[in-house]
Amino acid sequence: MPPAVPAKPGPLREEQIILFRISGQHFAVSSASVQEVRSVDSMTGLTVEITAPGLRKVRHVAQRGDKSLFIVNGAAHFGLAPSPGALIFVLRKTRTALLVDGIEKMTSMTRLQALPQAFCHEERSWYRGLTALDQIVVPVVKPEGFLSLEELAILDAAMPAVEPTVEKAAASTLEGTESAT
Amino acid sequence: MTVAAELELQSFVLLRLGERRFAVAANQIAELVAPSRVFRFPHRTSKIEGVILRRGRIVPVCDVAEALVGKRLHTRRFYLLAVRRYGKQTEWVALPVTGECELINTEMSSASASDAPHVAGWLSHDGDVIEVLNINALTPGPDQKPAEAAAIGTAEARP
Repeated sequence: MPPAVPAKPGPLREEQIILFRISGQHFAVSSASVQEVRSVDSMTGLTVEITAPGLRKVRHVAQRGDKSLFIVNGAAHFGLAPSPGALIFVLRKTRTALLVDGIEKMTSMTRLQALPQAFCHEERSWYRGLTALDQIVVPVVKPEGFLSLEELAILDAAMPAVEPTVEKAAASTLEGTESAT
Repeated sequence: MTVAAELELQSFVLLRLGERRFAVAANQIAELVAPSRVFRFPHRTSKIEGVILRRGRIVPVCDVAEALVGKRLHTRRFYLLAVRRYGKQTEWVALPVTGECELINTEMSSASASDAPHVAGWLSHDGDVIEVLNINALTPGPDQKPAEAAAIGTAEARP
């Protein structure tokens, strides 16, 4: 038997999470990280197209006042099969809105295990860790992990000119929605 | 056997990957577990297949068969939980193996400079010469990131 004991999971603490789907895969995100949940339909007319070189995962941007909110296609970000997406999570304290297929349920997790160190590539910036819910292992996403500073710079440089009327409408509509928490 | 000879003996776990046998120092093995459900999610570490849930721990599954015998295991029956060292920390890594494992006591010959990095040494058992595996070199971790990243290139995420 080994003399050294493997690192134990972190301490117990309850955290409200949203379990959601992208291309048939389950993910979780802290409810506190989600400022708003919008249907794609409700965003029609409030976004403009954007084409950034090498960044296929962002096709649309919404203006909120003077702030640009980049809509990240979750399937493209994770390298999953393309999926149309039905909901948009506006992520708090980021410039990211995440396009997902749907919400599975709201629940809570009591333990978040750090991503094993065997995972040593981009996934380390994608996930806060892993959790087990009803004997199913689900990755918990990191809201700031969808767009790096370099990607944000590329997107800012690729920003199209936004018509004032669209900008005003987007800002007023987005500000009038409810928080997910 | 003299006392001096006994002191040279070490414990090893013999594992089978397809038709070949390999050994791992017994002090690097936590347990052998029955087939478990592998949970998969997107990531870009090519050697990692997913994770299993074992006694409340989430353990990455690293298929070493491709590196050792040239093809992935399709008739996998068990997972050998090995202890992988990351600096001062250790974590479990599940290695898919074919069939049951065997514990033996024997002497190990050290690896030579010409051996692959994953070879910790050699031992002789039942007429076979068997590679003793270096788990740290065989399984991915932050220390191997640059080399592996270069090998992977623009690999797609593995859901």
